Amino acid sequence: MALPKYTEMRYRVWHYSYLVICTAVFVFLIAPLFVIIPLSFNAEQYIHFSDGMLALQPEAFSLRWYEDMIYGTKNPWGIAARNSVYYAFFSTIGATVLGTVAALGLSSRYMPYKQLIMSVLISPMIIPLIISGSAIFFSLAKLGLAATFPGIVIAHIILGTPFVVITVTATLSGFDDSITRAASSLGSTPTNTFFKITLPLITPGIISGALFAFVTSFDEIVVILFVAGGDRNLTTIPLQMWTGLREQLSPTIMAVATCLIVLSTLILIVTELLRRRSERIRGISAQ
Amino acid sequence: MTAEIRTSDGELLSVKLKKVERRRRTTAFLLAAPLLFFIVFAYVIPIFQMLGRSIDNAEMNSFLTETHEVMQTWDGSEMPGEDVTSTFYYELKTAVENKYHGKIATRLNYEKGGFTSLIKKTSRKLKNFDENANFLDQFIDVHKKWGDIEYWQALKRGTDAYHFRKYLTTFDYEQRFDGSIERIPEKLRINVTLWLRTIFVAVGVTFCCFILAYPISHLLSVLPTRYSNLLMICVLLPFWTSLLVRTSSWMVLLQKQGVLNDTLVSLGFVADESRLELMYNMTGTFIAMTQILLPFMVLPLYSVMKTISPSLMRAATSMGATPFHAFRKIYFPLTYAGISAGSILVFVLAIGYYITPALVGGAKGILISNRIAYHMQQSLDWSLATAMATVLLIAVLVVYWLYNKIVGIDNMRLG
Repeated sequence: MALPKYTEMRYRVWHYSYLVICTAVFVFLIAPLFVIIPLSFNAEQYIHFSDGMLALQPEAFSLRWYEDMIYGTKNPWGIAARNSVYYAFFSTIGATVLGTVAALGLSSRYMPYKQLIMSVLISPMIIPLIISGSAIFFSLAKLGLAATFPGIVIAHIILGTPFVVITVTATLSGFDDSITRAASSLGSTPTNTFFKITLPLITPGIISGALFAFVTSFDEIVVILFVAGGDRNLTTIPLQMWTGLREQLSPTIMAVATCLIVLSTLILIVTELLRRRSERIRGISAQ
Repeated sequence: MTAEIRTSDGELLSVKLKKVERRRRTTAFLLAAPLLFFIVFAYVIPIFQMLGRSIDNAEMNSFLTETHEVMQTWDGSEMPGEDVTSTFYYELKTAVENKYHGKIATRLNYEKGGFTSLIKKTSRKLKNFDENANFLDQFIDVHKKWGDIEYWQALKRGTDAYHFRKYLTTFDYEQRFDGSIERIPEKLRINVTLWLRTIFVAVGVTFCCFILAYPISHLLSVLPTRYSNLLMICVLLPFWTSLLVRTSSWMVLLQKQGVLNDTLVSLGFVADESRLELMYNMTGTFIAMTQILLPFMVLPLYSVMKTISPSLMRAATSMGATPFHAFRKIYFPLTYAGISAGSILVFVLAIGYYITPALVGGAKGILISNRIAYHMQQSLDWSLATAMATVLLIAVLVVYWLYNKIVGIDNMRLG
């Protein structure tokens, strides 16, 4: 972004103030996350930077809140983590299978009422969660599935499918049909073509959609507030954080939050690798 | 007449082509069908059923069917006759025997305050009634409220199978017993304030996101990939991070004893005793929501800006346009698609926001979603909650429809 030598003074000023503004926005975006990490290693019980921490004294830091997170009896973080992973795992499988199959149909040129059907399938992402949450709760309650494991998984599948549909349709929109036609002309059956040709090519899109579904379920809080119905055995990490945050900001929550930031960093790395891979093998983006 | 072209198996080509096309249409539809049916039956229909609760009063109507029918001939101008009071007596008796009089009390209490205690007391005394004497007098003996004609009017209205009054309540209006529609007393008005605040926050957050996202999306789109990928982390990491983590980080920052206030005090900008009130008000909701929704504006803007060739701007300046003029006439119009996509996405998400306002907003920073949740979970006035939800849903669907018109749902991109 170096400016040419002949640039006038006022454009120079403008250019540098533009860079300063951009830096400020990037700091605004990312800094709040990094405030949490050091605070989770606080030796004190208060959520602020103690003098010792600012002076980088080793005794001002400790892992006691991580111990509390894992061994503390008051907070069922263990159950919460296990439940969150279970719900996310099963709902990701459901959402990915349903979403991918639907996306294959939706990307066909022959799909009838494409716009309308697409709008319906995307609606769980658009409609405010408070409405989705209460509607899903009422219908699950009618079936006797409220506050049960399958009920929560169904709710999370509903919320996760739009992301799979969007990412997989986007991947398929860059798909070159002549490849599958070539396969058929060489005598491949449609099933064989799908598994040998189409599926490997759209896999990055599917994985990226699955990741979205996973994160949607893993972070989901509004719908589960309605559907879990206060059952402690069905609690999840977000639900536990929500309860904690409503009472008091505790350093243990900072420790959990730090773990979640590490998790999202991992997810970010995976999506980046996927994007590069799909760009390399097909010359188009998976997203 | 054109010559009839036939395929090798002797069929007309046009017929054959149509058949093939129909088969392809069916295949495509069958692929989408499982998800479509799942979403329709598990999601869309439940939403409509739930919204139906905002006008539905069938249960109450079934509890007091005969009373309701008899009351249709009563015009409500003077105290009801014995036909009404006796029917009500017998139906209430059945209700007490089958133990649903509590539900009747709760429902009627929404029509007029004081009904809960009235029905409960009456239910207890019902066995002392003399079925041969005047019922109205006996009702009044049990509780003097039965002498107030408004309670009978409320009973008539409260047993209608359908009602639209909750939509009036949604906008702080009420229907009097004489049928006139008026605003509720000023002290009780809260919903209109919340609607206006929700719209203000949604529009404001969308605008702030646009102002903040535009320069950085531009920077990301013009930088060499090596650097832009690094900077993209600043956008994508918050995007992938749990909403509760981001909200709690804002709580840490904005609290009165929080990091931001601490820093300002230690730098001497703010005196220790006059720390800024950044949380539990609109400021908190506004700042936190802007940061949380910013990636949803950056990503569509970035993907549009990435496609704009830098030579367009160079051409404009080489033909004598100032950089500002070239930006306004060439670059900015080319980014309209990204602006509309991002704005609509942010607006739709902001208008239904629930978690962040509940945690950061306090009483002064809550939005309409929080009020819906309150009526769903605490006051248990589901009719009102669903009436408010219907209005919110209509607002969102209008914006969604606009999005579809302007951007097209097929063009939605994530990440």
